[in-house]
Amino acid sequence: THQMACQGLQGGETVASLKRESESLRKKLEEERKKLSDIELNQVAEKIEVLGPLSIKTRRVLKGHGNKVLCMDWCKDKRRLVSSSQDGKVIVWDAFTLNKEHGVALPCTWVMACAYAPSGCAVACGGLDNKCSVFPLSLDKNENLSAKKKSVAMHTNYVSGCTFTSSDMQILTSSGDGTCALWDVESGQLLQSFHGHTADVLSLDLAPSETGNTFVSGGCDKKANIWDMRSGQNIQSFESHESDINCVKYYPSGDAFASASDDATCRFYDLRADREVAVYQKDSVIFGASTVDFSLSGRLLFAGYNDYTINVWDVLKGTRASILFGHENRVSRVRVSPDGTALCSASWDNTLRVSWAAYL
Amino acid sequence: NKKASVQRGGVNIANKTIEDIVTRIQDETEGVPIRTVKSFMTKIPSVVTGTDIVQWLMKNLFIEDPAEAMHIGSLIAAQGYFFPISDHVLSLKDDGTFYRFQAPYFWPSNCWEPENTDYAIYLCKRTMQNKTRLELADYEAENLARLQRAFARKWEFIYMQAEAQVKIDRKKDKTERKILDSQERAFWDVHRPVPGCVNTTEMDIRKCRRMKYPHRVKKSVYGLVEEGTQSRSPIHTPSHHCRKGTKEDVEKEILFLNTQLDRHRMKMSKVAESLISYTEQYMDYDQFVTAQEPSNPWTSDDPSLWDLEASKEPSQQRMKKWGFSLEEALKDPSGQELFLKFLESEFSSENLRFWLAVQDLKRMPQQDVAQRAQDIWAEFLAEGAPSSINLDSHSYERTSQNLKDPGRYSYEDAQDHIYKLMKSDSYTRFLRSNVYQDLLMARKKVSVCLSSSSHRSISVYISCIN
Repeated sequence: THQMACQGLQGGETVASLKRESESLRKKLEEERKKLSDIELNQVAEKIEVLGPLSIKTRRVLKGHGNKVLCMDWCKDKRRLVSSSQDGKVIVWDAFTLNKEHGVALPCTWVMACAYAPSGCAVACGGLDNKCSVFPLSLDKNENLSAKKKSVAMHTNYVSGCTFTSSDMQILTSSGDGTCALWDVESGQLLQSFHGHTADVLSLDLAPSETGNTFVSGGCDKKANIWDMRSGQNIQSFESHESDINCVKYYPSGDAFASASDDATCRFYDLRADREVAVYQKDSVIFGASTVDFSLSGRLLFAGYNDYTINVWDVLKGTRASILFGHENRVSRVRVSPDGTALCSASWDNTLRVSWAAYL
Repeated sequence: NKKASVQRGGVNIANKTIEDIVTRIQDETEGVPIRTVKSFMTKIPSVVTGTDIVQWLMKNLFIEDPAEAMHIGSLIAAQGYFFPISDHVLSLKDDGTFYRFQAPYFWPSNCWEPENTDYAIYLCKRTMQNKTRLELADYEAENLARLQRAFARKWEFIYMQAEAQVKIDRKKDKTERKILDSQERAFWDVHRPVPGCVNTTEMDIRKCRRMKYPHRVKKSVYGLVEEGTQSRSPIHTPSHHCRKGTKEDVEKEILFLNTQLDRHRMKMSKVAESLISYTEQYMDYDQFVTAQEPSNPWTSDDPSLWDLEASKEPSQQRMKKWGFSLEEALKDPSGQELFLKFLESEFSSENLRFWLAVQDLKRMPQQDVAQRAQDIWAEFLAEGAPSSINLDSHSYERTSQNLKDPGRYSYEDAQDHIYKLMKSDSYTRFLRSNVYQDLLMARKKVSVCLSSSSHRSISVYISCIN
C-alpha cells in the first residue's frame, strides 16, 4: 500500500543517514588515533642493538598424521603437545621422544582446532562437526579415548579455534558462524557469547594476564576485536588488514597483539595506543600468513605462511630476522613452547616440526 | 600495488599479486627477454631460462638469497604461472632450463575446477597425436586407464570430443600449437599434479564457502555444454550468514564508535618505550635471542633440566623475575609462596589469600560457583570474618549487591582493589625485604648445576658468580 511504501522509504533513509554518521565517526576515530602517533615504533627501536644472526634448526619431525595437520598446542609440561588433522585424527605426542601417547579418531574431517588443558589431563578439539569436545587423557594407553568424549561447545558452523581458560573447567571457542563463546566444560552450558564480527571468526587468543578477563579474536571481516569475558562486550576493535585475519596472538605483556592475514602481512597492534604500530611485510612475501606466535620476550614474531615458510620478524625494528624452510606445504600453525625454548610448526605436509636456536 | 590488486577482487589475493609480477616479468622493457631458441632441427618458441627468472625476481622483489628466489619462483610455477617446457614437475631451477609463461586464460584467477571429463578428453587427444612431446607419462597412462573404467559408458562421447579437439588443434599454426600444447599441459599439471607433488589447488575449507563469484558456473576447458557441467559449483555458495547492516546494527556501531572516541590513548613515543623496555627486560630469558644458563633441554638433549626447574629450589635468574612485576611473582608458585610468607610476617596475608580464592572461584565448574562465592564472603568479608580484608565502602557495597546473585565475577571490583593495594604497598616492601633479598643473595653465591651424565655419576658444577 502507499502508506507501507512511505514507511519503507522512511526506514531506508534513516539507515542511510545512520550509515553516514557511522562513517564520519569512523573517520574521526582514525584522526584521533593518528594525533598521538608522534613517532613510529621502528624509529624508537633504532637505538636498540641489532639481533645477532639467528640460527634455528629443526631437530624433530613428528610423522604420523595421514593428512594436513591443521592445529597444535603445547602442554604446560613444555614437551608434550596435541595436534589435529584433516583426516579427523587428534594425536598427543611427547615431542622430546617422538612417542605418540594418545590418539583419537573423530567422526568428522577437518579438525581445525585443538587445545591442551592446563592440568595436562585433557585435550579439547573441534572443527567441521561444529562442536568442541573434551577428552580426558587416560594413563591407560589401551583405553579408548572416544568413549570418554564430552561434547561441550555447539556452534552453527565450523569451530575454528578453541582454548581452555585458566583451568580445565572453561573453554573459549571461535566459529565460522561469526561468534565466539565461553563454555562450562562440566555441564556444557554456554556461559557467554560474543557477537560483533560480521563474518567467520578464524582465531582467538586469551590475554596472558593473571588478572585480566579479556581475549582477542580475528576473522574474515578483517577485524580484530578485543572482548570482555564478563559482559560479552566488544571493548576495542582494529581494522587495517586488507583481507581475512587468520590468526591473532597476544604479545607477552598483554598490552599488544599480532595478527596474520591473507594479505601477506602480519601486523602489530598496541591496546594503549589503540592503533596498528607495525606492519611486517616484504616484496618477496606474497602468500598469505596463516599463523603467528611471539618468542618469550616478544622480540621475535614467528609467522607461518602459505608459501611453506616461517618468517621470523624482529618485532621492534620491523625487519625480518630470519626465514625458515623445511615444510613441504602450507604452514598452518606455529607455537612457541611454554618456557620459550622451542618452536613447533604444523603443516599441510602432514608433519609437525620442532625447532630451536642452535648456538656454537 | 597491493591495494589495486585487492580491489580487483577474486578468489585469492596472492594470485593477484603473482599476476602483477608475472605481467611485469613479461614486460618488453622491464622484464625478461622472451625469445625463440634454435635447437638442433627445431625452434623452441617463446622461452626464458630459469636463471633469467631467478635474477629478475632477486632484482625486482629485492631478494638477497637466490635460494629464496628459487623457492618463491617454484611456488609461482606450482600455481601454474610459468612452467618448464620439458617437465611435468612445476619448479624453478637456477640454470639454463627453459620456461614458458602460461596463458592468462589458464590462470587460477579464472576459478578453474576442471572436471574429470575434461581431463579424460585431454589425455585421450594426447594419445591421438603421434608426437613424442605429447607421449603420456606413466602416471598419465594410469590416470587414463582409470578414467576409461570410470567413464566406460560415456567413453564414446569423450572420444568424439577428443577427436573434435584434435581437429581444431590441427588448424592452428605449428609454432602456435607448440606453445598452446605446452600451456595446456601445464594447466593439467596444476590440476592433476604428478603424484608426490603438492596439489596447489587444494583449498582451505574455511575459505571455500565465501567465493567472490557465486554466480560463476563451472566451465569446461573444452567448451563442453553437457548436463553436469552447467551446475553451479557446490563450493561457490554465497555466504549465508554475513550480516548486512540493519538499522539496529548501525545504531550499535555508532554507540561503539562514540565509546571508542572517548577512550584515553597513550602517545606512540611512550608506548614504544614501554614495549622496548618490557622486551629488553625479558630478552635474557628468551632462548631464541640469548643462549641460556643452564642450557636449553632441547639443545642439550636433557629433559632432566625441566625437572630441576620444577623443584622447589628456584635459581637466581628465576627469582630475579619476581622483581619485574607482582604479576610475574604470582605467576610462579614459588614466588607466590614466598610473597605469602612475607605477608604473613606483616599480618596482611588475608589480602593475597582473598585474591587467590577469587582466582579459584573463576576457575570452578559453573555449578560450584554460587556456593564458593558465599564461602568467600564468609571467610573474608562478612562481619566477624576470620580473614577480614579491608575494602573501601564503595567496593564493599557493590560486592554485597553482587552476592545477591552470586557468580564467578562477583568479586571483580574487590579483587581489583586488593590487587592494586598489594601492588603499590606490600609488593614494593617485599622486594626490599630480607625474606626476598637474603634468598636472592644466597642463590647468587652458589649456582649449583646437577646433571646426571651418561656415566651415571653425578657431576656437580659449582660456579661462583659474584
